[in-house]
Amino acid sequence: MVNGKAAIEAIGVSKVFQSAGQDSMKALDNVSVAIRENEFFTLLGPSGCGKTTLLRLIAGFDFPTEGQILLYGEDIAPLPPYKRPVNTVFQSYALFPHMTVAQNISFGLEMLGKPKEEIEARVAEMLKLVQMESMRNRKTSQISGGQQQRVALARALAPQPKVLLLDEPLSALDYKLRKEMQIELKRLQHETGITFVFVTHDQEEALTMSDRIAVMSKGNILQVGSPRDIYDRPAVRFVANFIGETNFLEGTLISQAKGEAKITLYAGATITAILPDGPAPAGKVTVVVRPEHASIVAAGKKAKLPGKLVNIVYFGTDTHYHVALSKGGEFIVRHQNIHSGGTEFKVGQAVGVVFEDPAAQVLKD
Amino acid sequence: MTTVREIAEANVQREIRRRWLLTAPALIVIFLAAIGPLFVMLLYSFMVKGDYGDVKFGQFSLDGWFNVFFTRDIFDDTLTFADAHLSILWRSISLSLITTVTTLFFGFPTAYFIATRPQHQRDTWLFVVTIPFWTNILIRTFAMQEVLRNEGIVNSALMAMHLINSPIQIMFTNWAVLFGMVYVYLPLMVLPLYASMEKIDFRLVEAGYDLYATRIQVLRRIIIPLVNPGIIAGSILVFIPSLGAYVTPRVLGGGKSMMLGNLIELQFGQGRDWPLGAALSITLMVVVTLALLVYVRNASKGEGSHG
Repeated sequence: MVNGKAAIEAIGVSKVFQSAGQDSMKALDNVSVAIRENEFFTLLGPSGCGKTTLLRLIAGFDFPTEGQILLYGEDIAPLPPYKRPVNTVFQSYALFPHMTVAQNISFGLEMLGKPKEEIEARVAEMLKLVQMESMRNRKTSQISGGQQQRVALARALAPQPKVLLLDEPLSALDYKLRKEMQIELKRLQHETGITFVFVTHDQEEALTMSDRIAVMSKGNILQVGSPRDIYDRPAVRFVANFIGETNFLEGTLISQAKGEAKITLYAGATITAILPDGPAPAGKVTVVVRPEHASIVAAGKKAKLPGKLVNIVYFGTDTHYHVALSKGGEFIVRHQNIHSGGTEFKVGQAVGVVFEDPAAQVLKD
Repeated sequence: MTTVREIAEANVQREIRRRWLLTAPALIVIFLAAIGPLFVMLLYSFMVKGDYGDVKFGQFSLDGWFNVFFTRDIFDDTLTFADAHLSILWRSISLSLITTVTTLFFGFPTAYFIATRPQHQRDTWLFVVTIPFWTNILIRTFAMQEVLRNEGIVNSALMAMHLINSPIQIMFTNWAVLFGMVYVYLPLMVLPLYASMEKIDFRLVEAGYDLYATRIQVLRRIIIPLVNPGIIAGSILVFIPSLGAYVTPRVLGGGKSMMLGNLIELQFGQGRDWPLGAALSITLMVVVTLALLVYVRNASKGEGSHG
């Protein structure tokens, strides 16, 4: 499954936390994943899913109970963190409070025993990269949260690590700053060409920044793919549910061919839907359709799934139509508000839901 | 006629009076408990000594201060430099310094150990550290005597293991005083160190490791600078009482390993030379103040050069 060079490969990694007098907790359960060179890879999942544990295993703060962690083919699992050419941007930034901005950035280089001129040049370069030149002699307590974030990035990038690990680095910032830093991070990754492994619970962050995303839950990786893959083609219920809003439709699989399946939905219509990779499900299946991939039409022949409009929610940029399907269940349709003016539909009206066949995706479970 | 200005001034006056009145209790306590006795001591050091202790009031004399530095021979009245006092002063300072460094050496890992325990265990460990305070210092020091004396635990154990043939004389040496003082003052070092360490965000330590710092480098470049306030506080808390220590050198050091505290006590007791005792007390205070000034200035300078 690895194409190109793998920067980091986790092979069958498990991590069990043992605490006295309590049940042991399995934070990671036989996880295998390959992170390619120069990619922006995101570990996405709710809190407690094991994403931070996996990051800490790569950084070396914890050691796997089982399995191997390869960095460019070399097993680094038994190495202490200071022997790994990997740096971390911490959630709380963990800047050294007794040092200035410049001293923070030069710390890693000093520990590596680089010559003084090189350190100075590199620190200047880093300060320029994160646009903090004017702050170099400030104490870290004298700069704002966004600036601390930049210093933390510069400090981690200064020793030119092979892989940069980012542990929810944007979660402490306010919304606007977070948006800015998302673009900034993407730019830094592009300019430095370093492999980024980014941990977040924010699906929007993951979708906008990543080259590939691994969705995690309960110590397992459920799906790995590009943001579009993950969003449009969720393989399992958890992924479909966790990322964005979605409509679940139950049905029976009738036939399948070339990655597509004919499914009779309990809601009425027979549709063609895309099958997930791997062994195809059979019999009773679930199909997902994103709200914005469907449209709402007046009741009639064209309507794939007939129903009644029960609610209209206006969101500014778009409008949500809640449709109670005639055969049971609710379907949400999202309409972009392209033109100003009201909607042609009214609550209580008989309507139909339509969507094109490729919009429907069959789940494995 | 009273003008607006006069009313305003009267108000200000009343405000000032009220402030003085409100702070009066605190000022009285500070004066009576701290500054007052010092003046009494200063006064006594310039008086003629009484025949059976005490001083002769109103009779001014520099003898007290003179005797701090010089000794007059009883038979031929020749003056010699009071080298006994000097050697006692020197012993006090050096033993106190060694005590401070030793308690720091043992206290640092102890405090670090406690600070890195889970929250609910820390309180238990702190409690354990403070247990010695429950027992009177005199009793604890006599217990130390049981450990150190020729027939004590240490010597018996060493002899049972055939490491030595005859007991080592530990009691009534500087070593005994040092052991005793380290034992007594160790908690005073551990507690401020712990208070500083507890505030450290241990993710900084992880960040240090992440940036290629080895254990020693993390200790030297991150932990020690951050614990510095605790090191200063702990050192002061140990050094000052060590300088004036009385019970420990008295019980464990005897007459041979006398320290300043014992010398002062001697003047007020058997010596019946209160002016000398008062002068020695003030000398001790001056030494402590100077040592503190030098130490605090250097310690904060070290921190300043760091960033």
